Amino acid sequence: MSTTGSENTMSEGRLATPLRGETPGLLQGMRHVFARDLRVVLRRRADATAALMFFIIVVSLFPLGVGPEPQLLRTMAAGVVWVAALLASMLSLTRLFTDDHHDGTLEQLLLAATPLPLLVLAKMAVHWLTSGLLLALISPLLALQFDLSPRATAVLVGSLVLGTPLLSLIGGIGAALTVGVRGAGVLLSLLVLPLVVPVLIFGAGAVAASEGGFGFSAHFSLLGAMLVLALFLAPLATAAALRIAME
Amino acid sequence: MSPALELRTLRCVRGERLLFDGVSALVPAGQMLRVLGANGSGKTSLLRMICGLARPTRGEILWLGQPIAELREDFNTRLIYLGHAPALKDELSALENLRASSGLAGQPCSTEDAATALAQAGLRGREHLPTRLLSQGQRKRASLARLALGAAASLWVLDEPFNALDDAACSWLQGLIGAQLGRGGVVVLTSHQGLVWEATPPQVTLTLRAPEATPKVQATIAG
Repeated sequence: MSTTGSENTMSEGRLATPLRGETPGLLQGMRHVFARDLRVVLRRRADATAALMFFIIVVSLFPLGVGPEPQLLRTMAAGVVWVAALLASMLSLTRLFTDDHHDGTLEQLLLAATPLPLLVLAKMAVHWLTSGLLLALISPLLALQFDLSPRATAVLVGSLVLGTPLLSLIGGIGAALTVGVRGAGVLLSLLVLPLVVPVLIFGAGAVAASEGGFGFSAHFSLLGAMLVLALFLAPLATAAALRIAME
Repeated sequence: MSPALELRTLRCVRGERLLFDGVSALVPAGQMLRVLGANGSGKTSLLRMICGLARPTRGEILWLGQPIAELREDFNTRLIYLGHAPALKDELSALENLRASSGLAGQPCSTEDAATALAQAGLRGREHLPTRLLSQGQRKRASLARLALGAAASLWVLDEPFNALDDAACSWLQGLIGAQLGRGGVVVLTSHQGLVWEATPPQVTLTLRAPEATPKVQATIAG
């Protein structure tokens, strides 16, 4: 905004100068979104709790349905927990942007002083803290039902901590694409679940590899690499999708 | 004197319908742009274009001589847009909403400033209630309280700001708009014709009319 010519009046000079004479920090905008979203989730705990209960129930149904065969349960534990985690995080993903869309705060995000990808990243961080992280923390309890060894349980928790942020990041792209669409829930799952197949394979695979004596570091490295890539790309893609959806 | 806000031959297409075409206006600093038109004539679409939320099918919008598409975040810190939805989170109090929305817009305010603005908006004593407990008019006031803190923003874009407001709130809002224009800011708004201004502010009026001969767009695009 420096190209105001010499013929400009005083009032136009004022228009061109920011009042506080400083550009707002990028982190400040992120902090506002983060704090606001976290407050909203904490005051409406029903949604986060519902996803967590869904996760617990789905995982618990398997031992009941399959029967008390310890070897079989140990083999399938990681896969069951991971699939349940995928489905549970889909439940809360639909709300990532639709609530904001309905109450008008999404438009304000697009008009914020902070670049949209950073704000989107803050929203995804809240989503992960209130869904993926909770699932990872509760999973050792559920692993007991499958007679998993302490070592395998630790690997499972580690893979969930590394892998569930990917669900929030990749899921965010899908949530942005389906903003304002009727029946977005099913569409979102159809869009996102195929994309997170690699996360499922390497997440559940880490436990199997560790139990098979191969070591899990390769799986964790791949999950970490995917996470770094998604941390960079997913907010950009989500922001672009939101701009298109809001036009 | 060069205009603060300039609309150049804007065209808006929604779906297959041409809403308006060739809309131009020059708004000098310290003036209000009043957008008139029947329901569905594209008033909200025009306002969203001025904010940069929607891109015009043709034409461009300039702020101080620069296209807003190039200014982005820089333009956003100078802009307050209040649309149909009040942009309040139901679970949060009016105070928390106000602080978050001003902070996001790059115009951060202290708790005291926010409380003062809400008191001016007639919400004294209700600052800490979750906004879902407020009435429609009170929610509108809570949302408009941003304008009381909005001196740093030189462009206000308001979509039907007088809806759901009682007489007291209407004159409060008129006072805010008058002060903004007095500071040399620009206000763009849509409102019903019936509104009586206490002191008519300097304004440019723009009436949107659908082009009659071209109900379908394909013909125009081909031409």
